[in-house]
Amino acid sequence: MRHHPLQYCGCVAIGDTEGDKTNLEGVAVMPVAVETPKKEWTGQVREVVLGATEAEGGTRSKTVTVGGESTLPFLDFEAPMPNPPRIAVEIQDRKPSDWSSVLLTVWGQVLDDPAAWAKAVEELDVDLLVLKINLTDADGNETTAEQARASVRKVLDATGLPLIVFGPGQTELDIDLLVAVAEEAAGERVVLGVCDDKNYKTIVAAALAHGHLVNGRTAMDVNLAKQLNILISDMGLPLDRVIMDPTTAALGYGVEYGYSAMERLRLAALQGDGMTQQPMLVTPGEEAWRMKEAKVGEDVPQAWGDWEERAITWETLTATTLIHSGADIVVLRHPESVRRVEDLISRLWNKGD
Amino acid sequence: MALTGLEIYKLLPKTNCKDCGFPTCLAFAMKLAAKQAELAACPDVSEDAKAALESAAAPPVRLITIGADEYKIEVGNETELYRHNKAFFHMPGLLVRVRDIQPLAEVEELVSQVDSYAVDYVGMVLNLDGIAVESASGDGAKFAEYVKVACANTKRPLLLMADDPEVMKAGLAEVEGSTPLIYAARADNWQAMAELAKEHSAPLAVYAEGLEPLVELVKEVKESGVEDIVLDPGTRDFHGSLNVLTEIRRLALEAKPDRLLGYPVVAFPGESTESLAEESMLAGQHIAKYAGFIVMDHFDPAVAYPLLALRQNIYTDPRQPVQVTPGIYEINEPGPNDQLMITTNFSITYFSVANEVEGTGMPAWLLIADSEGLSVLTGWAAGKFDADKIATTVKTSGIAEKVSHRKLTIPGAVSVLSGELEDELGGWEILVGPREAVDIPAFMKLWKE
Ligand code: B12
Ligand code: SF4
Repeated sequence: MRHHPLQYCGCVAIGDTEGDKTNLEGVAVMPVAVETPKKEWTGQVREVVLGATEAEGGTRSKTVTVGGESTLPFLDFEAPMPNPPRIAVEIQDRKPSDWSSVLLTVWGQVLDDPAAWAKAVEELDVDLLVLKINLTDADGNETTAEQARASVRKVLDATGLPLIVFGPGQTELDIDLLVAVAEEAAGERVVLGVCDDKNYKTIVAAALAHGHLVNGRTAMDVNLAKQLNILISDMGLPLDRVIMDPTTAALGYGVEYGYSAMERLRLAALQGDGMTQQPMLVTPGEEAWRMKEAKVGEDVPQAWGDWEERAITWETLTATTLIHSGADIVVLRHPESVRRVEDLISRLWNKGD
Repeated sequence: MALTGLEIYKLLPKTNCKDCGFPTCLAFAMKLAAKQAELAACPDVSEDAKAALESAAAPPVRLITIGADEYKIEVGNETELYRHNKAFFHMPGLLVRVRDIQPLAEVEELVSQVDSYAVDYVGMVLNLDGIAVESASGDGAKFAEYVKVACANTKRPLLLMADDPEVMKAGLAEVEGSTPLIYAARADNWQAMAELAKEHSAPLAVYAEGLEPLVELVKEVKESGVEDIVLDPGTRDFHGSLNVLTEIRRLALEAKPDRLLGYPVVAFPGESTESLAEESMLAGQHIAKYAGFIVMDHFDPAVAYPLLALRQNIYTDPRQPVQVTPGIYEINEPGPNDQLMITTNFSITYFSVANEVEGTGMPAWLLIADSEGLSVLTGWAAGKFDADKIATTVKTSGIAEKVSHRKLTIPGAVSVLSGELEDELGGWEILVGPREAVDIPAFMKLWKE
């Protein structure tokens, strides 16, 4: 049980928000009360709703609301947190060619069929689904708009989860594929990604035309993130349809840059900078599973320990760190990581009373 | 929190007597603020002012040292809420707990495993810091026996845990030549614990549930003459720990006159969790959010490595990327016919590549460009690892005299540079390597001069 605000002897508070207002006379006087310095934040993160049910013109079985914070993650001695961070699980339009065998083994059969894979994700009881469209199809040919459309259709038909769709990450192709996806999924409030400073015009136009959201990605920099939000909003997309993706890196490979970029963005949002007040999405799963620590089981130092445990911990600790610096959506890959991070969020969420 | 010259001036006698060697009290105050004078130079300064000035000069979170020699660890002395404001300075100690009701042989084994655990991370050797020995039996002789076994198997610092001061005393008697952390003074035993702490010149953890009782107890312990204090506010769960440790850090940094919570915090992530998986995530929280000592209840290399890496990451100085010196690196004693690769001088990049190359046992030349500490893609995007930079590096490094062939392998991530590079480096053939360092060994096997 904790008591707030912390006071004893019931009189004067010694802490103040600025921290530098305490007068010198106060120095010599014995403190008579303790109260944690609270920040008077003036800003709040925008709430964004993902997915649309039948009533809203879509076919999703539920919608998911993220954002709305008016303090740093889970600091509810200061202000309540209206929505917990959410987990999204990444699937791909075909069996991934570069995934760790730990992942390939755990997902097994469903890898060959995005519909079956999406259903398997829904069974994990998560909130969101990410469909990543590959650069090439199973035969090595460049993925076509028709193929992307078909994959999205399959996944939408197979599950009721709100959907996030990522293109392959190549400006030209992303534009082609995501425009087709937007059309196919009209009305579903799908999040279209990656929307960056090169392709945002087309992606935002597609979102506007078909009732979707966008995920704006920038490279770990407060000003770049802010700038992209401005560009997107200037095109007329309401900011409650914009998620920002400040980019992250894996544990051991630069996670601290992502951690601090997110903390700075969140502080800017709380300090009232309206163009940084978007909920944040990050991809710890993709980043962690690219690294040797997660990918390789043989010929590694003994000190690395059991492969599977290490790989999963790599993913969960990356996610844990980012959740503590303001992530609203974390995209994961391994079902066991999903279970663990779900547990983490519910424990952070639980006020213990 | 440092005071300004004007703030200091208000505390001085204001007589301008010049005894300090300065023409006025104000001039002296300015020098004090700039740390170019000593307060002792003024003979007339009052005791109250002295106390106020000393407390203002103290670090907001006290530096606590345990252990001895090369095994000692220092925590505290933190000045920031957010690492991006400057940096976090002293990494939290990571310890593993044993209890005196476990089989002695098991404890012996565990202590030596923890002691010898070492993992290489970008050229650094990362270790765990020490052992917590807990008296669960309540028996002084037993506790002493376990402390003795711990000491025999590690020189790393110890945290001794017992409620009964007599038991603690028995344990302390076994520790030689190294300062342990005594855990813990509570409302019902603090006088005796404080005596032990003074007798052994050891820091003392103070336990009370909730900040309010904690402040009161710390005050008493401090007044009894114990200077080195570590806090345990009693919260254990994910949500409570995050909130309470944040409050403690804020109180230390911002509630200026009150330094009663200006000490490092000890955390026990195993106590509220049911599995190593949960414990590791809570330990992750403690690393990012303000713990000074983290006592784990499990040891597993698969979890120790990521936790140590995370700790290293959060505590790197954001003001300067970790770099290696640019230049030619010889791996596995290469000769003129062996392959040549280029990468950046960002430490993480360099070591990911160098470790792979070294692991193959095959000789190779590694050319490191000065990307000012940026990774491959970041460096490319910033113009610090573009075709120009790579070409200049090749031309000025003298590598052309060391290899007889003219083949340069570039990272797969910057494959687009190959055309431009062949133009700039007339006579050189540019090979595009794999995107990830993991795939370098397979790629190297294809080498034909
Ligand atoms: C951390 C990071 C930063 C950090 C800097 C970290 C550092 N010291 O370099 C910060 C926040 C400062 C930063 C800044 C910028 N960044 Co940045 N950043 C990243 C991030 C997240 C990770 C990079 C990293 O450290 N990777 C780990 C290292 C080890 O990888 P690596 O060097 O590539 O090495 C691997 C391989 O290339 C291979 N390899 C390396 N060398 C060799 C050699 C051979 C021969 C072979 C075969 C293989 C090989 O092995 C390694 C392991 O597999 C990436 C996105 C991502 N998730 O990858 C973006 C990213 C690299 N950044 C990007 C950008 C645009 C920038 C900025 C220009 C943006 C800005 N803010 O203005 C700035 C530029 C810096 C500046 N002006 O000072 C873009 C680059 C886009 C592009 N494709 O050109 C990326 C890809 C993000 C994105 N998707 O937009 N960034
Ligand atoms: S010695 Fe003290 S009182 Fe005298 S001038 Fe210096 S500061 Fe002022």
